[in-house]
Amino acid sequence: MRLAVPWRLEPRAQPSRLAAWGSPLLAIALTIVAGFALFAGLGQDPWHALNVFLVQPLATTRGWGEIGIKMTPLVLAAVGLAICFRANVWNIGAEGQLIVGAIAGGAVALLAGPETSRWFLVWVILGAALGGAAWAAIVALLRDRFNASEILVSLMLVYVAQLLLAYMVNGPLKDPMGFGFPQSKLFETAARLPLILPGTRLHLGAVLAAVAAVGAWVLLARMFLGFQLKVAGVAPLAARYGGFSSRRLLWFALLVSGALAGVAGGVEAAGPVGQLTPSISPGYGFAAIIVAFVGRLHPLGVIPAAFVMALFYIGGELAQSRLGLPAALTGVYQGLLLFFLLACDTLILYRPRWRGFARPA
Amino acid sequence: MDATASLIATTLAAGTPLLLAATGILVSERSGVVNLGIEGVMLMAALAGFAATHATGHYALGFGAGAVVGMIMAAVFAAFALGLVTNQYATGLALALLGAGLSAFMGQSYQGLSLPARAADGIPGLRDLPFVGEAFFSQHPVVYLSLALVGFVTWFLFRTRAGLVLRAVGESPSSAHALGYSVRGIRLAALLFGGACAGLAGAFLSTVYTPLWVEGMVAGRGWIALALVTFATWRPARVLLGAYLFGGVTMLQFHLQGLGVAVPTQLIAMTPYLATILVLALISRNPRWIRLNMPASLGKPFVARG
Repeated sequence: MRLAVPWRLEPRAQPSRLAAWGSPLLAIALTIVAGFALFAGLGQDPWHALNVFLVQPLATTRGWGEIGIKMTPLVLAAVGLAICFRANVWNIGAEGQLIVGAIAGGAVALLAGPETSRWFLVWVILGAALGGAAWAAIVALLRDRFNASEILVSLMLVYVAQLLLAYMVNGPLKDPMGFGFPQSKLFETAARLPLILPGTRLHLGAVLAAVAAVGAWVLLARMFLGFQLKVAGVAPLAARYGGFSSRRLLWFALLVSGALAGVAGGVEAAGPVGQLTPSISPGYGFAAIIVAFVGRLHPLGVIPAAFVMALFYIGGELAQSRLGLPAALTGVYQGLLLFFLLACDTLILYRPRWRGFARPA
Repeated sequence: MDATASLIATTLAAGTPLLLAATGILVSERSGVVNLGIEGVMLMAALAGFAATHATGHYALGFGAGAVVGMIMAAVFAAFALGLVTNQYATGLALALLGAGLSAFMGQSYQGLSLPARAADGIPGLRDLPFVGEAFFSQHPVVYLSLALVGFVTWFLFRTRAGLVLRAVGESPSSAHALGYSVRGIRLAALLFGGACAGLAGAFLSTVYTPLWVEGMVAGRGWIALALVTFATWRPARVLLGAYLFGGVTMLQFHLQGLGVAVPTQLIAMTPYLATILVLALISRNPRWIRLNMPASLGKPFVARG
């Protein structure tokens, strides 16, 4: 049985740079077209629905602030993942590292009292970073010592982290005055991230995210360690010949991405949420994987990619309140975007040649 | 009610979705393709199975719907990974995310609904025997079907010519191609089989095991099934053993709770995931053992030249 496909993929002599950067734009455009069809299929006026989903979030200053709030954890986690994926380390458990970062940062934040100094925040962020890094260190240890697949281990640890968070907010970190709700008490002002833009809820975490992105860019573009990471990812044999320690790079990539995901969880808890709740993350860690790919695994590229993803989050919330559609719409858009991106990425390595349905003789 | 008999019976039921999904994954991976999206496939099939059973009142139609949706999801994966030669890991991840999002989106109206009563499970006559009746013969037909499926897959892979070709495609696609076999067609068939199995597993969860539709209800079983295939070094009989072992681990937590062991529920619920990590670490410890058994071209794309 020959499988008839009406096109033939011709390998390109060299990967196309134009396709590499055009692909995310094409994928976003295709996602919007698919979204148009989806809305129409749901019996909505597609133009109105797309307006609510993609334009209304940007109609006010406050709306831009909300976008920034959503971008913050996405950029932080995606920058770490970009480093990991560049080094060919498949950490897909950023969600777990993010949750443990929120737990650790939250546990520190709960120690603050009404008189605590503003500088206490540093400890909250450090706690979050350490929590996330420790969670990723389990992955690194099992990969390094036991050769266990980092994909499966990091993913299993997401479920463990979610249960750990549920345990914490039902047990040790539960607010005793919280009428039995599974959540911690609200953090004191000293442990909350200050707001940075009047009229919005945008907080200092956004600055941290920008610093992380620029820092990672400098690391990858200008430093020897970054060069080693990239070589190890593209050509593992060359890296070994060059004497780069693959074990060191594995640990480095996982610890950095774990710490960044942890900070993402910490700033979410100490920022817009202000306490620990069982649903601290609406899947930011998984969305960050898509952000990293759409951003071309480039630390600065993830910023516009995170913007698009944040728009999907806010758009999903608006679609729920104004159109009565489930907020899970965001997840559908995310999945579609990644699929379209993968399809468009084929153009980087292959040139499609239409050959029609007639079989060549 | 004998406690041991009920532990055995619940273990068989808990192991069945893992066994079904893992058997399908095994066949796909033997052809050289790794579909990480099984979690998403199972979620979509669980929803489809629940919805079809709810609408028609027939459980068989629920399983049929689950299998069909599973195959559709696998076909989407195949269109990307085989048709467009996309990275298999990233494509599987995309399928897992899309399945989670789409099932949550489409399943909103099914939350909290219940299914019509179904005929008594088990094998008439045998299920009334003392002990063994309760332990082994009081299961849903799909539990026995999954056992037959393992037998069939073993026979197919190692005793038939078609099975040999499928394994050859997984080991050396270029040789199989040179001999005139369609690598893409065989891999598509293997993926569709895997999708149908994962679909049955999802439908079993939502119509027999739970039986409810809850967002995200597969709860990592798709990923555990993927890990199981690695533990089992791509052998059907070992998949069988592993699936029931994990079914037992899952059930043990409830039996411990029943015995009044004072550990918070959330911590006990971690056991299947921690057990997966532990076994994965122990089995992968010897890289040569894995490499000897793994299909040689697993996860590597193949594009026919000329």
